[in-house]
Amino acid sequence: MTIMLTLSAFAIGIVGAVPLAVGLSSSNMLVRLASRLFVDLVRGVPIIVWLFLLKFGIQIGTFKFNPVAAAIVGLGVVSMAYLAEIYRGGLQAVPRGQGEAAHALGLTRGTTFYGVMVPQAFRIVSPSIATYLTGLLKDSSIASTIIVAEMVFQSQSFARQHPTVEGILPYILVGILYIVLSLPVAYLSRRLDSRMRKAVYA
Amino acid sequence: MTWLTEWTAYLPQMMSGLGVSLLIAAVSIVAGYPLGLVLSVMVSAKNLASRTLALAVVEIGRGAPALVILYLFYYGLPKFGIAFESITAACLALIWNSAAYSSEIMRAGIQSVDRGQLEASSALGLAQRHTFWRVIMPQGMRSAIPGLMGVAIQMFQGTSLAYAIAVPELMKSAYNIGSQDFNYLQIFTLAGLCYAAISMPATWITVFFEKRMARHA
Repeated sequence: MTIMLTLSAFAIGIVGAVPLAVGLSSSNMLVRLASRLFVDLVRGVPIIVWLFLLKFGIQIGTFKFNPVAAAIVGLGVVSMAYLAEIYRGGLQAVPRGQGEAAHALGLTRGTTFYGVMVPQAFRIVSPSIATYLTGLLKDSSIASTIIVAEMVFQSQSFARQHPTVEGILPYILVGILYIVLSLPVAYLSRRLDSRMRKAVYA
Repeated sequence: MTWLTEWTAYLPQMMSGLGVSLLIAAVSIVAGYPLGLVLSVMVSAKNLASRTLALAVVEIGRGAPALVILYLFYYGLPKFGIAFESITAACLALIWNSAAYSSEIMRAGIQSVDRGQLEASSALGLAQRHTFWRVIMPQGMRSAIPGLMGVAIQMFQGTSLAYAIAVPELMKSAYNIGSQDFNYLQIFTLAGLCYAAISMPATWITVFFEKRMARHA
């Protein structure tokens, strides 16, 4: 459940952040301000508040979020905001000359953006995205507070059934499990990073 | 408009919750950062034992979710006869968290100091202790400031997790009010606004500092 939550929220975030990042670096001031406000607001409020808002606060007619959906949507929106900020940083880090050169070569604005800027920006931000993914993995533990049966919730119910010393075991186990789960992400990101570096300098 | 009038009615209780949140955040920062400094020095120490210990403390503090550490302190340790009040447990868990994160930032800051500074001080005949505390450290800490401010904001938001162990902080007061009349949407919106009212300006100040530092770098 933990992995499912993390990956679904990450999928929402990584796609949803694209229009947001474009908005953040838009030349239209109104669009830029609106996306900046949205991103800062989402990041300024703790995840647990978003989850409670979605789970308990939203009720449209007979529709209510079930815990899992609320957790996925909540974590997804939050990761959207964080990833948008990462994307924007990456786009800004691409040397300005690249855009000017593309313009001088007569490339259209679309080609410049998707063919020149985005590939270079992606190379810059891929480690940050991996770091965020491991952060999201840990943040998914917050879903236990709205009764989603992920790892922390499971260890809680185990601890409740075993009120002796061994009741502490699942917490330690879960703690180690989070660290272990974040290892493959770190490994893959390092490989991806070094491969892309080779692709540039080969 | 009815929301506004009701919000003003809730405000006293929310403010006392916010006070507890701020208190926990302050404790975790004031106690966590010096600890983080000690850890960051230990991680790069020559002594293998202290290096391993510091590394373990940092990696667990960063790798395990804050919520898990919180539960360990609150539900786990009492089984060994060490019991805390919920607010103490929350402070301890968040101190660990902030020490681990801040130590990484300080370490990066210290490492970012140019090697020539070290060579210059040794050429000037400064003792190692003076080199570290008077030359390397002030420069390293300067570049660590924006990162440390970021961790402080993260800690303030992290205090909301203390809700899970029934600390009477902002989230808990919101939940209590909400469960009286089931106006969850309204009260959690207010709670969110309270958090945002502090985190958002703090983020802007951090960004301002980052930009200023970049200019003088």
